[in-house]
Amino acid sequence: MILSDAMDAVLEKLSETVRAASRSKRALRLRGGGTKDFYGNALEGEVLDTRGYSGIVTYEPSELVITARCGTRLAATESAMRERGQMLAFEPPHFGEGATLGGMVAAGLSGPRRQAAGALRDFVLGVKIMDGRGDVLSFGGQVMKNVAGYDVSRLMAGSLGTLGIILDVSLKALPRPAAEATLRLELPEDKAIEQLNRWGGKPLPIGASAWTGGELAVRLSGAAAAVAAAQKQIGGELVEPEQGERFWTGIREQTDPFFRNDAPLWRISVPSTTPPLKLPGEPLIEWGGALRWLCSRADARTVRDAAKRARGHATLFRGGDKSVGVFQPLAPALMKIHKELKREFDPQGVFNRGRMYPEL
Amino acid sequence: MNIAVTGINFIRQAEVAARLRQILPAEAVLHAEEDTRSYECDGLSAYRQLPMVVALPSNEEEVRQVLAACHELKAPVVARGAGTGLSGGALPMGDGVLLSLAKMRRILALDPVERTARVQPGVTNLAISDAAAPFGLFYAPDPSSQIACSIGGNVAENSGGVHCLKYGLTLHNVLRVRAITIEGEVVEFGSEALDSPGLDTLALMIGSEGMLAVATEITVKLLPRPETARVILASFDDVEKAGNAVADVIAAGVVPSGLEMMDRPAARAVEEFVHAGYDLEAAALLLCEADGTPEEVEEGIAGMTEVLRRAGATAIRVSSSEAERQKFWAGRKAAFPAVGRISPDYYCMDGTIPRKKLGEILKFIAAMEKKYGLRCPNVFHAGDGNLHPLILFDANDPGELERTERFAGEVLEKCVEVGGTITGEHGVGVEKINQMCVQFAPAEIERFQGVKRAFDPEGLLNPGKNIPTLHRCAEFGRTRVKAGQLPHPELPRF
Repeated sequence: MILSDAMDAVLEKLSETVRAASRSKRALRLRGGGTKDFYGNALEGEVLDTRGYSGIVTYEPSELVITARCGTRLAATESAMRERGQMLAFEPPHFGEGATLGGMVAAGLSGPRRQAAGALRDFVLGVKIMDGRGDVLSFGGQVMKNVAGYDVSRLMAGSLGTLGIILDVSLKALPRPAAEATLRLELPEDKAIEQLNRWGGKPLPIGASAWTGGELAVRLSGAAAAVAAAQKQIGGELVEPEQGERFWTGIREQTDPFFRNDAPLWRISVPSTTPPLKLPGEPLIEWGGALRWLCSRADARTVRDAAKRARGHATLFRGGDKSVGVFQPLAPALMKIHKELKREFDPQGVFNRGRMYPEL
Repeated sequence: MNIAVTGINFIRQAEVAARLRQILPAEAVLHAEEDTRSYECDGLSAYRQLPMVVALPSNEEEVRQVLAACHELKAPVVARGAGTGLSGGALPMGDGVLLSLAKMRRILALDPVERTARVQPGVTNLAISDAAAPFGLFYAPDPSSQIACSIGGNVAENSGGVHCLKYGLTLHNVLRVRAITIEGEVVEFGSEALDSPGLDTLALMIGSEGMLAVATEITVKLLPRPETARVILASFDDVEKAGNAVADVIAAGVVPSGLEMMDRPAARAVEEFVHAGYDLEAAALLLCEADGTPEEVEEGIAGMTEVLRRAGATAIRVSSSEAERQKFWAGRKAAFPAVGRISPDYYCMDGTIPRKKLGEILKFIAAMEKKYGLRCPNVFHAGDGNLHPLILFDANDPGELERTERFAGEVLEKCVEVGGTITGEHGVGVEKINQMCVQFAPAEIERFQGVKRAFDPEGLLNPGKNIPTLHRCAEFGRTRVKAGQLPHPELPRF
């Protein structure tokens, strides 16, 4: 109760700040642990720290749902779930110790396990937000199926704080896999892509994959018997469990040697069957072929054109010259809808101005 | 309460039909009553309305031109797939155009390596899985109406099915929707990659009940068909025990591919109809399925059997062949038609609740049966907490439909009270529009209206469905009151 009252006071203060900013049309920059400051376009406005609004609100393992406030540390949330044998199955990257749940949802990023489990947005069941008027609104809920009204809670996933402050979020939890094993195989890029897609069409418990420099790592996750059977089918060299875990953490957190590169880092999202993009620079392939990381000094147009030809899109993830726009430009009709949505949720343009697109 | 208004303005009808005949062949524009009659309702047949004009485009360009013409004429448009929806989402308007996508039923591409299919909106749900079957693939969401319902309708309603606990809803299985706005602009939501730049407008489109744009092409994900599946049929002598067993199964760390529950009245109705071999003495039956590799299934079935036994199951049977598995499921899948045989009419509810509230809600439903003097067998997607109580009534008996609707309304409001929602997969449509006022505060409803305006500023796509006006909520008298404060005191109330 005391905590809840204290949180009400924090909420009141947040609302006052937002209302004041809205009156004077001042920009606010929403920030939790600041671990994803690098991501997106301009950082504009006075910092509004969301970490004061924190804590797990409810966690009921048998309901497979966790609800927590935006300032809650991601690490603390995951360890509470681990204690009950559960996890955030989209395996979100932290990018630093201070990562918060609000920042995680706003960034909308998923890690290696996304290949099989689905993306962050697939696990969002409900949100409470504060819009640009300072109003507190709830959408979705804590149940698995809910089609009442438009799916505003998933609209918040990956919105980069442009529509409102994600005050709390309800996420679907899943049991941790009973068994995991990491295999390593030597394969050239084109063969690795082909093989990953061939496996993708079979009922194999492949939970993650990463290819770089002629080496493909595959993580099997599932029932012990299924993992053992798939291991035989896939072959390759079995990696020690601890080493395997370190490897996948390195991929997720971008601490793997691949990411130690001075060149700008591009994130290219394409259909999984896309052949090697043959762009200048070093690639790393995840998600069964559907995610291509590229450390490259190639100009933005070259990278974006290649992504577009492959029916995908490219994001300038880290480094480089942001003046080209971090995210692939939207078609005019879709941009028009984006602008209207922004106007609806944040009429004075208070939140994270320009972080996603200069027009928002 | 058969809402059948035939009052159609014939001058306006002639004007709109003539304009649409400049775009479509004459036989694809219907206005004579004998032709439009079959479009007067969807699966919620208590609500009927003859459309002013029916348009049947056969390609995207025709859809685009029809929408642009309707925009120009300020004629409201209601899109319709197969008309199997259960909430009146495709109820026509007497001053509007009913846009049927039924002619657009081609599978445009199916890539077994990429594991995607690009289809037109009128393709049926099952046709996609059938086309994918030779490659060992399937389209996962499987609403009970899958033989008939169209993928366009599935997108509009975010349809689920009996396997969505493991495989997700339409939202989780659609990559891209290409659609036309009321202004006649083509927009792509999502992409054939796993994600797209910008806001997740694809999530807004899915489940939007035809209020935002009209889908003309949909790319779905295909999954490898599990090698094998087995299902447990467990009996319980008490409904609440069965409810608790559901929570125990989930908590034990296995996600079953299906977890369904039926109470005795529902089991009896289906047993008479399909002879699935159900235990008719049990107060409740659970169907609990594991799928995957043979090893996984064995592990899963053994684990779940143990949990169900500990939870007090009085009998447990495990399917020993694919034929027996199908037989166990046949009963559940035939629940609605079976109930249709024992009562002149039935009314299906769709509330979703936290699983732990199952016992509480069942007691509440039993009390409502007494209060309204109507029977109500129950079938549930128990694993998702999604309830489908079926209120039995006779529409020819004066007052029974009204009583039924009040019964249903009370149950839905109870669902909201225990932390759930008024609709898990059937949609709001016209049916549950009043209950939206109970689930959402006025400011939330205003934001929903804003979302609609962002796509359809003049409110011409399916107006009057899904999102109530605040005026309507005030009239309904159940505006959600937070912390004792009356929201929007400035609104007129009467």
